Amino acid sequence: MSTATRAVSVETEKKIDALLTKYPRKSSALLPALYAVQEEHGWVPEEAQDFVAGKLGVSPAFVAGVVSFYTMFHRKPVGRHHFQICRTLSCMLRGSHEVMARLEQKLGIARGAVTPDGRFSLQFVECLGACDTAPCAQVNDDDVPLLDAAKVDELLARLK
Amino acid sequence: MAYEKLLLKNVGRDDSHTLDVSLAGGGYQALKKALSGMTPEAVLEEVKASGLRGRGGAGFPTGMKWSFLPKLGDKPRYLCVNADESEPGTFKDRLLIERDPHLVLEGIILSSFAIHCHTAFFYIRGEFQKGARIFEQAIAEAYAKGFLGKNILGSGYDLDVLVYRGAGAYICGEETALLESLEGKRGLPRIKPPFPAIVGLYGCPTIINNVETLANVPFIVERGAGWYNGIGRPKNTGPKLFCISGHVKKPGVYEAPLGIPFKELLNEHAGGMLHPDRPLKAAVPGGSSMKVLPAARCDVLLDFDSLAAAGTMLGSAGGMVMDSSTCMVGALLNLAEFYEHESCGQCTPCREGTGWFTKILHRLEAGHGRKEDPDLLIDVAKRVEGNTICPFGEAIAWPVQSYVAEFKSEFDDHVTKGACPFGGAAKRG
Ligand SMILES: Cc1cc2nc3c(=O)[nH]c(=O)nc-3n(C[C@H](O)[C@H](O)[C@H](O)COP(=O)(O)O)c2cc1C
Ligand code: SF4
Ligand code: FES
Repeated sequence: MSTATRAVSVETEKKIDALLTKYPRKSSALLPALYAVQEEHGWVPEEAQDFVAGKLGVSPAFVAGVVSFYTMFHRKPVGRHHFQICRTLSCMLRGSHEVMARLEQKLGIARGAVTPDGRFSLQFVECLGACDTAPCAQVNDDDVPLLDAAKVDELLARLK
Repeated sequence: MAYEKLLLKNVGRDDSHTLDVSLAGGGYQALKKALSGMTPEAVLEEVKASGLRGRGGAGFPTGMKWSFLPKLGDKPRYLCVNADESEPGTFKDRLLIERDPHLVLEGIILSSFAIHCHTAFFYIRGEFQKGARIFEQAIAEAYAKGFLGKNILGSGYDLDVLVYRGAGAYICGEETALLESLEGKRGLPRIKPPFPAIVGLYGCPTIINNVETLANVPFIVERGAGWYNGIGRPKNTGPKLFCISGHVKKPGVYEAPLGIPFKELLNEHAGGMLHPDRPLKAAVPGGSSMKVLPAARCDVLLDFDSLAAAGTMLGSAGGMVMDSSTCMVGALLNLAEFYEHESCGQCTPCREGTGWFTKILHRLEAGHGRKEDPDLLIDVAKRVEGNTICPFGEAIAWPVQSYVAEFKSEFDDHVTKGACPFGGAAKRG
């Protein structure tokens, strides 16, 4: 970590410090601390992982293991609008693969990639626990129900 | 027959997530009753007598689970609420969390009281950002009203409830993986025994229960086990939330007594099949980890014991319906990919087996399958089953065995035709 730049902002550090005493054991603060980092950066950079490791008194390798285990922690930047399309059975039966194909075509990127301007990223995810709204997705933290080609186009036009 | 909705009695109302609406609908009456005149043991006995069985997947009797806790000692006891809801096809807990969080919270407080717990955790899957926000808000309202915190309603009983967000890992719904995750680690299931009731969170006695399970407790406390016993079928008592999705007209969560016929759920609640010209081909009544039933065997009652007798399980009641246009090889491949992705990788049979399943199913679906592939799938499944740390192994081994056994000719067709008869490989993109 360079001394010139901080791994996390003062504000994030304060959040992490508060988390250290929130749970009966300090170790439980790890996932919430990583969320705090991701809220600031949009992903979890290695320097910030090391910073969190220091705060919790665990090794950087331990934190890296945790970060890579959970799919919601991003190890590289994602787009400003991160599209997570559900691919699991109930959504597949209702057309999720067609939705993905439409997005790939409109954005000119493959699943797993970010558009060059950093606006959009695209990912297939597993059952979102919203199969009654299949085919469904999340864009960042928001649920998007009942997708179809028209809705994809409308969504892309609206998101800046 | 008029059935009085219990679990979903509030969800249709405006602002059903607020304390005011909850109170207007009779919320927290059971808590007042318990804290003003019942001992924790009396609450536990009532739950035991109700016959309530866990709604998270295994159907284990809740009161019995609670009674496995060791004698009160120096160690704190914890309640961990399983709000991980990640079993494909399941979205019932989400509805309760987002639309009637106070019912769930009242159940948590009563259950914590019954087991002498003073800190409860609400472990919610990371993707339920909205649910987590709503639940935090409900907790804040409950503290302000004296339903949580120190000396609840003047009874001398203290309880704190903490929300903990998962971060995208199906396996964290398995109860010991959930505990690992809560401790700030990777969600790797633990070897049992010891069971969590003895050695759980931070090494302390811990009870893990599903959201819907706990939402039943206020009704049991308020109206009594005798009344509760009258709902449903013997040994399968109480109201139940049934999810239904896939090729149906009205996918959704429907409440009914345990033991309603599957066809009633499908035709009366879910509006029947999506396309009139495409009949039912198969259904998974219990979530993706359970065995599939071909249409001819779908005349079943939806409760724990009836579905076990039919060779499958109620599981999480995540019903998935497939019509005649569905390729069963493609459906199974979709699930196999899910399990390969979600295996925590600790056990060789599970880690390797899930890879084999997707590899074999991929080549079958692409038309490059071999004659012996269907048997190979079964063979691999048998090697996974019973040889793993947690039941995740069975959660994929059972579906594999049942899809192949029930739809063998369709698997064979993929080989003899050298292509998916449904154009599946192309359709999946
Ligand atoms: C792979 C796997 C995933 C599971 N996922 C969930 C889940 O998302 N929610 C849940 O309540 N139970 C889940 N369970 C079951 C839990 O291990 C546990 O039995 C349950 O939470 C106990 O609660 P109950 O007795 O109230 O049903 C899962 C089990 C396995 C093996
Ligand atoms: S069965 Fe699979 S998911 Fe369960 S502990 Fe073993 S490797 Fe992990
Ligand atoms: S299968 Fe897509 S939300 Fe469940």
